[in-house]
Amino acid sequence: MSSRDTDWDGVRLHVVTGKGGTGKTTVAAALALALAAGGRKVLLVEVEGRQGIAQIFDLPPLPYEERKIAVAPGGGDVYALAIDPEEAMLEYLEMFYGLKRMGKALTRMGVVDFATTIAPGLRDVLVTGKTSEAVRRRDRSGRRVYDAVVMDAPPTGRITRFLNVTQEVAGLARVGPVKNHADLVRGVVASPETAVHFVSLLEEMPVQETLDGIAELHEAGLPVGGIFINMVRPVDLPKDVLDAAVKNRIDHAELALGLKAAGIAGGSADATAIAQALAREVVDHAHRARLEKRERATLAKAGTPRYELPLLADGADLAGLYELAETIRALGAA
Amino acid sequence: MTKTAPALDIDAILDDENTRIIVCCGSGGVGKTTTAAALGLRAAERGRSVVVLTVDPAKRLAQAMGLTELDNIPRLVKGVRSPDGAKGGHDGSQGSRGSSPDGSRGELHAMMLDMKRTFDEIIEAHADPERARQILTNPFYQSLSSSFSGTQEYMAMEKLGQLRRSGDWDLIIVDTPPSRSALDFLDAPERLGRFLDGRLIRILMAPAKAGGRSAFKLLNAGFGLVAGALTKVLGAQVLKDIQMFVSALDAVFGGFRQRAEQTYKLLQAPGTAFVIVATPERDAIREASYFVERLAEERMPLAGLVINRMHRSPAAALSAARSTAAAEDLEARGEHDLAAAVLRLHAGRMQLAAREQREQEHFTSAHPTVPIAHVPAMAEDVHDLDGLREIGELLAS
Repeated sequence: MSSRDTDWDGVRLHVVTGKGGTGKTTVAAALALALAAGGRKVLLVEVEGRQGIAQIFDLPPLPYEERKIAVAPGGGDVYALAIDPEEAMLEYLEMFYGLKRMGKALTRMGVVDFATTIAPGLRDVLVTGKTSEAVRRRDRSGRRVYDAVVMDAPPTGRITRFLNVTQEVAGLARVGPVKNHADLVRGVVASPETAVHFVSLLEEMPVQETLDGIAELHEAGLPVGGIFINMVRPVDLPKDVLDAAVKNRIDHAELALGLKAAGIAGGSADATAIAQALAREVVDHAHRARLEKRERATLAKAGTPRYELPLLADGADLAGLYELAETIRALGAA
Repeated sequence: MTKTAPALDIDAILDDENTRIIVCCGSGGVGKTTTAAALGLRAAERGRSVVVLTVDPAKRLAQAMGLTELDNIPRLVKGVRSPDGAKGGHDGSQGSRGSSPDGSRGELHAMMLDMKRTFDEIIEAHADPERARQILTNPFYQSLSSSFSGTQEYMAMEKLGQLRRSGDWDLIIVDTPPSRSALDFLDAPERLGRFLDGRLIRILMAPAKAGGRSAFKLLNAGFGLVAGALTKVLGAQVLKDIQMFVSALDAVFGGFRQRAEQTYKLLQAPGTAFVIVATPERDAIREASYFVERLAEERMPLAGLVINRMHRSPAAALSAARSTAAAEDLEARGEHDLAAAVLRLHAGRMQLAAREQREQEHFTSAHPTVPIAHVPAMAEDVHDLDGLREIGELLAS
């Protein structure tokens, strides 16, 4: 086992949330790879039935079964599990009540359907329950089966409610078996062994949702992790150029000369036209860079570690995942 | 080979008096609500009487439309320009289309969905006061109505049906909820219907209906077994709450199913237009493809795809490769730092644009007949009507 110091040593359950479109599944997958690096065993779980993990790793749809899907750099293993609430319910009934034979009858009667889609909160308890079971599971020698579990969780807007299972089932069950199970799950989710990470972009709405989400978690007494700032585009221009651009004072003549020198433009008129078009691009870029700086500063107010991940040139393919995993390790998040 | 999709003619859809409902759908975070609001404003400014139904809009967007609270009531949006205002008469070049009937001026209303309130209203409309009270105070109903994972989807569709039946607007634009799966809003009514029609309900209601032991005989061993298992897992009190809820709800069942069916038919009607919203990212485009297929399966009318946040360059003729080579050349010679840096920036932007173009082409190869409209990426989020108006113009251009 490596003795590297990371920001989340001791954390065994990494919950990854984020506003839609921020690349939450990609970051969860890359984090799992990063945590597995150097010979560890990590489970990546999916809870919303979207088969996002299968898509990102270019695999056929995952069954309700823990199976190895990737080898991490330096020889660790990433396993994946797509949690299906109905299967989780049948497993739960069998495990706690020995009701295995009832499963089919219950399914036929619509009880399973009812429990997993209609009954408020039950679905979430089943899903988080299955996840915390994987976190706590030990082999015969008493060692934990997984060094870490990464959950590709519901989006920021729903995360607190999703994790705050005791609260969620309160309307359904104030006492009784469901309540007891929820309490057990809540114990795992609220422990220092859990961290809830947020994925954001340097844009107004995702940043605001991230801050709101963090505040809600604090209020609910749930452990806040780090912020992964995803799809960051490099700011390639020197500061003086950016400043000039924001004031709309790009030196068009100098730019045109440079274009001619590089053999981009034929005549002067051509050079001037291209220079003007490119200058508009620079102004655009400078405005965006300024806004991003503002959003970066806003995220800093959350007072939790931040990790910037680059926009992948070819989109989030398998090679890109390994690249992100590398960055995550280099930044000390795993 | 570049695959070109037909252009989505937004104004033709908005101006067509036969268009009565526009549903904006797509995966989370792609700008559905903004698109719905921009379409609403544009339609109103072209002379139609519009209501935009939003579900959980971002704070600033809600403010842009003057919405301050979630109260289930359509509010008039102020600052909407009249169609015969600044941009010249509406009856000249456009002929009889493009203006509302009787030349009346357009109006925009907006509302935020309150799902619990909507659910309560259905109960109140279909049950006698005593029944309604029993249901509304039932603990099981209270959690069902505020947290059932499909309630929001179901209630959005219910509200759409109500607005349509009221006949107060000639165009309703609805923004679909940010579901765990973007298709939930199509499935939720059926799921709730399946529950209400299902065997479980009949089992739960049997004792209340038949009373006493005969019920158990009627249902052979089924009820005893299931009730036993449910009691074991849920506890006796929960089961009792559910049973009471279900028997009180009995009277409302027929109404429920009927309304769900009506709304479903409404979504298939020729006056409905589905607009799928996406960003040029793999996930969002994939989700958009699912939608196209699903809508076809359900025989629901698709108008087209809106791709938000496209990156384009004003100097698109200068390729990424040429731009990079020129930058390298200048850097090697140590001349014209500004031009070199700008060329690098341009190359990056062209690469991004090319990637986005490829994502769109994937979609178009699979669905060559689906019309597409683009909205370029903007630096800032929309926070006023001018911003919405600008998006509307970009959508229509």
